[in-house]
Amino acid sequence: MRWRRIQAIVVKESLQIVRDSRSLMIVLLIPLFQMFMLGYGVSLDVQHIPLCAYDREGSQESQALLHRFSASPYFALQGLMGSYGEVEHNLDAGQCRLAIVIPSGFSKGLADAGKGTVQALLDATDSNTANLAANYARAVVTNYSADVQMEFVQKRGGTVQTLTPVEVQARVWFNEDLVSRNFIVPGIVALVMAIVGAQLTSLTIAREWERGTMELLISTPVEPTELMIGKLFPYFLVGMVDACICLGLAVFWFNVPFRGTLPALFFTTGLFLTVVLCIGYYVSVAIRSQVGASQVALLLTMLPTTLLSGFTFPIDQMPMAVQAVTYVVSARYYVTIIKALFLKGAPWGELVLPILCLTLYALIMVFFASRAFRKTLD
Amino acid sequence: MTAGDGQPQIVVDALVKRFGEFAALDGVSFTVGRGEIMGFLGPNGAGKSTLIRILCGLLRPTAGRVLVGGMDVAKNPETVRQRIGYMSQKFSLYGDLSVVENLRFFGGIYGVPSGEMEERLRFAVDMAGLGGREDALVATLAGGWKQRLALGAAILHRPLTLFLDEPTSGVDPASRRRFWDLIHTLSEDGVSILVSTHYMDEAEYCRRIALINHGRLIALGTPRELKQHSLGGELLSVEGERIGDAMVQVQKSPGVKDVAMFGSILHALVDQAQLRVPEIEALLVARGVAGARVRRIEPSLEDSFVHLVGTQFASGETSP
Repeated sequence: MRWRRIQAIVVKESLQIVRDSRSLMIVLLIPLFQMFMLGYGVSLDVQHIPLCAYDREGSQESQALLHRFSASPYFALQGLMGSYGEVEHNLDAGQCRLAIVIPSGFSKGLADAGKGTVQALLDATDSNTANLAANYARAVVTNYSADVQMEFVQKRGGTVQTLTPVEVQARVWFNEDLVSRNFIVPGIVALVMAIVGAQLTSLTIAREWERGTMELLISTPVEPTELMIGKLFPYFLVGMVDACICLGLAVFWFNVPFRGTLPALFFTTGLFLTVVLCIGYYVSVAIRSQVGASQVALLLTMLPTTLLSGFTFPIDQMPMAVQAVTYVVSARYYVTIIKALFLKGAPWGELVLPILCLTLYALIMVFFASRAFRKTLD
Repeated sequence: MTAGDGQPQIVVDALVKRFGEFAALDGVSFTVGRGEIMGFLGPNGAGKSTLIRILCGLLRPTAGRVLVGGMDVAKNPETVRQRIGYMSQKFSLYGDLSVVENLRFFGGIYGVPSGEMEERLRFAVDMAGLGGREDALVATLAGGWKQRLALGAAILHRPLTLFLDEPTSGVDPASRRRFWDLIHTLSEDGVSILVSTHYMDEAEYCRRIALINHGRLIALGTPRELKQHSLGGELLSVEGERIGDAMVQVQKSPGVKDVAMFGSILHALVDQAQLRVPEIEALLVARGVAGARVRRIEPSLEDSFVHLVGTQFASGETSP
């Protein structure tokens, strides 16, 4: 391995990157664009669930209950229905996800037996939202009935008793406000890095084949390892700039709390970048067309990172077989690390395992990438 | 490790290259001496590029042996690559880099010592006649400049062997002429050059010519030898009004071995010119061909090739 050859390739590759100003702009704008799109687009918080109500009674009590719903930030009352048919139609048409039906004997039941029933109809095409909506509805109704009961007791001049003997006092750690964006945005950084990183290098070898410069390059004494290092180094720098854009946006724009240390963040980001750059390079060697290589690189990085890294779906909730697969997804380790760094401010000691795994991963990928290129036209 | 004086710089021995069932090269043997210019002529698909690629170590031979500078290419490809220069058929420098940036890149790749770099760059720029255009992007250069630059990039590291695969295709005649002057200069400095071409006039610049067709060497010798001996007879030029129509008759005439159309005239290969000229003239007069004229001519390289390769070479594959 000769430093002079690597240097020559680094200089040449850098000049080509800088000269292709349009691609360079794209490379720098894509992370910006993706961060905004995903940062705002992906949210697991459910608010303003569209709600329809069919009040068959129209009493003061039923009105009071409906008022609770419309006052809740979780629901947005779309309108009052006049019949079951209308309720059904609204649910079918997707006008509302939840319909509350208050029966005609509601206030009488409350007064006589201290017991009233309300029907909730849910559109569960999105089961996650439906689940949350049902829970929120239950909470609204529970609150209401507690108040009714208290009023009832007070009216009789009795004392208020503890209604729930055991109560959970929940204290939320790491993401105190339970804002889903706080744990999603670090994941998005990983996703954007994976996509952009592999895209950067997926073109580099394929371009030489397409432009016909590869034949001459192979005829020179350059070694495959030299070629890989020389080609990856400039893209590593570009990738780190992208990483800074993403991480900066996460902290300063999306206000995700960052509690870790910068050396840990940049070290692990560098490792992850190495992995995805090598994936892109490998694909570029294997597939000699730029379009093909870019597509395959996208597929290899975006899908696993989105689905199997724990970025959106918690890994411990997956079936065992799928969980096993996640171990070969490099983003899994990086997502674990970056979430822990952002939200927990985890010290090095706690991250030893994922960092070791990511390091090993990077070494293996570098090894394969360095041997991928064969200096022959056969 | 380089070949001493008198030793051939390139040795190709019973070289075979197959792509599946197809034999691109089928038992090719020849040698090229120190400072010699060896031309390879043949129709497209004859195996010229395959041969050069094997010599550069880009393709592995199926059978046979290839030595460059006394070293087996298949066994020491990297050592050989350090000592050769190569110009591929398709222009393959970087269009988005400037003249000097391209040269610096290849200088670095070939490990030209830092102390020598500036001098070598100067040399290559001057040789290519690109003085004053050092910072021009290569994509903006005309064909002739590009070819000379590619040659400059190929000799930065002072290789003893150069492989040029149709280096002048698509270049204007003046630039071609200039390019060949450069090749001759290099050859005088002791560089062995193997060059493929499909321009007949360029073949005349080579010291020796190898004719290749269907993966086999058909003829090998100096241009003079090929012209004189390859035909196996004497050549007549047959002219006249609509002479093409008389081609079959001429072909059937006694003593005629071969007839080929060259533009508006026929070239006929005969056993004895003296005897056949009056015979053919009489035949044409009898057929009523106006302005019939038959005379003996000196064969050109093209005649030799048409004869050697036969009909395939004549049908649209000849030089423009």
